[in-house]
Amino acid sequence: MASIQLRKLEEYLQQLDGFEKPKVLLEQYCTSAHIASHMLYCAQVQFNDIEGHTVADLGCGCGILSLGAKILGASHVIGFEIDSDALKIQSQNFSEMELFVEAVQCDILQYLPGRFEKYFDTVIMNPPFGTKHNAGTDIKFLEIATKLASNTVYSLHKTSTRNYVLQKAAQYGAKGKVIAELRYDLPKAYKFHRKTSVDIQVDFIRFELN
Amino acid sequence: MKLLTHNMLTSKCLKGVTVGYPLGIVAKDIKVSEVDFNSEFIARIIPKLDWATLWKAAESIGHVGELPQTLIQDFETNEEFLKKVHHVLLEVEVINGDLLCPESGRKFPINDGIPNMLLNEDEV
Repeated sequence: MASIQLRKLEEYLQQLDGFEKPKVLLEQYCTSAHIASHMLYCAQVQFNDIEGHTVADLGCGCGILSLGAKILGASHVIGFEIDSDALKIQSQNFSEMELFVEAVQCDILQYLPGRFEKYFDTVIMNPPFGTKHNAGTDIKFLEIATKLASNTVYSLHKTSTRNYVLQKAAQYGAKGKVIAELRYDLPKAYKFHRKTSVDIQVDFIRFELN
Repeated sequence: MKLLTHNMLTSKCLKGVTVGYPLGIVAKDIKVSEVDFNSEFIARIIPKLDWATLWKAAESIGHVGELPQTLIQDFETNEEFLKKVHHVLLEVEVINGDLLCPESGRKFPINDGIPNMLLNEDEV
């Protein structure tokens, strides 16, 4: 069971600041409080994968998933992030919340898994889907996540790539199951976006390590 | 950076470094704060730790307390012992300082509690 209600969790996460100047190359946009709270709540209430567990957040950005995991009672949370500006916002977010989450600044694709291999019970992430300059980044993140986690990985991937994602996961020894299909509202964050916001179909997938 | 996190960090990603572990700690600011004790969690995490590294890290920053240099046998059932481990792992935190690669001496700065393990292009 979770110690707080879903609505409360979402309210907490809504207070966080997001990216000030999103970077195209890093494909930065925040996971909405709505999606983050539902992902975490599902991981905790349906599968008991958060409370008392070690949790990694890959590409933690401003820290919304890390913090949410901590609020739901994770014992040790580490967010991994490459970008200094995102980490600065995260530090501000966390000092306001008086809850402590660890962060390590690193290039995930280069630095992990290292000695963190199988250290975490659960990995939760909203990886870059891979668009302009970084095709396939979500799959690279997924591969690393399956090395870090000993039990489960929760992740978001484009619905259009579902079969490929599940097939890749199987190669990495993880059995994926789509928990929910989401409409991901990508707000206009970059100059090259013509519309004010774009809805994309995204799968919320739970991967179980064999 | 808590010592639990330090236990997993390496500098192996540096070009020419073979083990890169354990990283030395030069602590400028240390914060000690109270964290809820969960004996089950600590007992479960101990087998994942490199004990010698934990002890040495705690000692080097002056917070080893009564932690024994070698891990005791019955740690799972010894509540007092688990509390000491809990303190060192989760309550002591390096806020500012450096991590040192044991082979190359390369410094990795810790700012605001966050270790920066990013490398320059010529170091990969």
